[in-house]
Amino acid sequence: MMILSGDPPRSRVLTVLLVVIILALALTPFLFPGAKALNVAAKICVFAALVASYDLLLGYTGSVSFAHTMFYGIGSYAIAIALYGMGPNWAAVATGIVVGLPLAALLALAIGLFSLRVAAIFFAMITLAVASAFQVLASQLSWLTGGEDGRSFQLPELLRPGTVLISKSLFGFEINGRILTFYLVFAISALMILALLRVVNSPFGRVLQAIRENRFRAEALGFRTVFHLTYANCLAALVAAGAGILNALWLRYAGPDTSLSFSIMLDILLMVVIGGMGTIYGAIIGATIFILAQNYLQALMGVASKAASEAGLPLLPGLLHPDRWLLWLGLLFIASVYFFPTGVVGRLRSGGGDKGAPH
Amino acid sequence: MTELAATDPLPKPKRDLAPILLPIALALAMIPLIGSPSTWLTLTAASLAMGMMIFIMASGLTLVFGLMDVLNFGHGAFIAVGAYVATLVLAPFAASIQADSLWINLAVLAPAALLSMAVSGALGLVVERVLILPVYGQHLKQILMTTGGLIVAEQTLYALWGPQIIPMPLPTSLRGSFILGDVAIAKYRVLATLIGLAVFIAIQLVLNRTKLGLLIRAGVENREMVEALGYRIRRLFLGVFMTGSALAGLGGVMWALYREQVHASMSDELTVLIFVVVIIGGLGSIGGCFIGAILVAMVANYGGFLVPKLALVSNILLMVAILMWRPRGLYAVTSR
Repeated sequence: MMILSGDPPRSRVLTVLLVVIILALALTPFLFPGAKALNVAAKICVFAALVASYDLLLGYTGSVSFAHTMFYGIGSYAIAIALYGMGPNWAAVATGIVVGLPLAALLALAIGLFSLRVAAIFFAMITLAVASAFQVLASQLSWLTGGEDGRSFQLPELLRPGTVLISKSLFGFEINGRILTFYLVFAISALMILALLRVVNSPFGRVLQAIRENRFRAEALGFRTVFHLTYANCLAALVAAGAGILNALWLRYAGPDTSLSFSIMLDILLMVVIGGMGTIYGAIIGATIFILAQNYLQALMGVASKAASEAGLPLLPGLLHPDRWLLWLGLLFIASVYFFPTGVVGRLRSGGGDKGAPH
Repeated sequence: MTELAATDPLPKPKRDLAPILLPIALALAMIPLIGSPSTWLTLTAASLAMGMMIFIMASGLTLVFGLMDVLNFGHGAFIAVGAYVATLVLAPFAASIQADSLWINLAVLAPAALLSMAVSGALGLVVERVLILPVYGQHLKQILMTTGGLIVAEQTLYALWGPQIIPMPLPTSLRGSFILGDVAIAKYRVLATLIGLAVFIAIQLVLNRTKLGLLIRAGVENREMVEALGYRIRRLFLGVFMTGSALAGLGGVMWALYREQVHASMSDELTVLIFVVVIIGGLGSIGGCFIGAILVAMVANYGGFLVPKLALVSNILLMVAILMWRPRGLYAVTSR
């Protein structure tokens, strides 16, 4: 219980689900051989941490930010630019981390001090505007960021796929640098999620919830709400930048589409809503469901679209085209806000029935 | 305090003129920086036209927020839908668009714009009933729902029209410019300015001089009271939402003609722009929205001319500066 910060899943089904997901992720290199499965697993790890950090904002403080991908992008670009510019060595990795994380935190501090003070309702709009300006900046400063093409880079020797740590003859499975990178991603994501769990179950986390429920009252009780909100904003930005670093390390690339685009922001929003706002566990569930669906349903949509066009149906092939994945996502999004406001975790915790949402 | 006789008019609140003077001061301050007066005049005219178009698109958003307390993140979708509907009408009448007569051109353009307004207004009806009705009073869910609506609308446009950019040429008689001395002012910009002014004046008149406007303003102040007086505020809300959507559709057509192209992602870029305008103006304020739109357009045009690199983030810098000065926007209307 210590490691879960005294906040166990509180539902048998949820516990089983979490254990299965975490075991499957941890054993992916052995259970599901192949590059695609490993990619999906790494993406789930990265997004679980990213979504959990977003949940700290959306679920625990109730403020909608559209700038979360900006912090994610700062982490990605920091490590990519450092490794691209300084060559594939550990000093570059360290530089990326040392520059990227404080930069994200500082920017979050600036946005927080500026827009949380103004009016809660402006926050969503202002973050959207700032994020879009940042996106333009990243695509324009091509000497630094590589523009629309992004930056590809080499990893340090130890993390490369060619580096064999334990050969196949010895163990039955080959442990190479790629798998080591995967475990790095897995472990750091897990650590960040546990740290967030610690944060939300601390007195500080309770204050955040109090602010979410009634900001005026929290203020009247003597809490400096702007300080708490800004602090939460910075923490969320730090974890998001950390997730960005992991993502860039895994992809060996950082670019606008993989780290900054608005569609990633929507993915994050959807994962939080599906998993359940205000529960860090929801991030793990949401990210897993969403990324599995994204990777395996799109193929299914392609098949269905082809079948529909061969059957000569109007419009349906276009609507089922794999590129229209986002359309169904949007519908799912609306439906889940409408029908499952507490998400999977909220549902499971309340015993599956409609016993009133916690908020 | 002096006593008021029964016949005296009620004392009016003092007019807050500083925001109105701001764009004028900005324009005047630019004269020495730009140097050439003719360039300055061209840029100012361009700013006015662009500002009017942005105002038409943003006015619906701020109206909806001011009256209904609804944050519509899907407002950009109405803009894109309006533009696409206009291409449907204009495509079969390409010959009339090419004709060298203002009246023939307008005879095609006007119905196209009206149809766009009708379709986006009708879409507004559906959106209000399906997406907004269940989440009145809950900002977080409003943002989530309308964001979902924006995705669905944008993707449907992609599915129906494909991802390519659709050209939307200006009618022949609106091409080119008037030459006044050594200043060239594009004809379409004059038309856009006129339409924008007309919309602004119409909204102000309806809000301030009619019983409908009285009810709307009363609804902003105290919804329950208006309901208790026997008016169906829900109907009023729906009407305002549809009007806002229709205005977005009109703005979409005008913007598409200005850029001479239509693309489904135009809703994304314009959403950010109109949010900046609405924030600068003060959520819910029509006058503030008008000034905000002109300011944004001025900064874009002057900035683009003087410091092209800076123009990309000029909106954000302007917003930061304004909010430093007045944290709730130029005119703070609502107490929310």
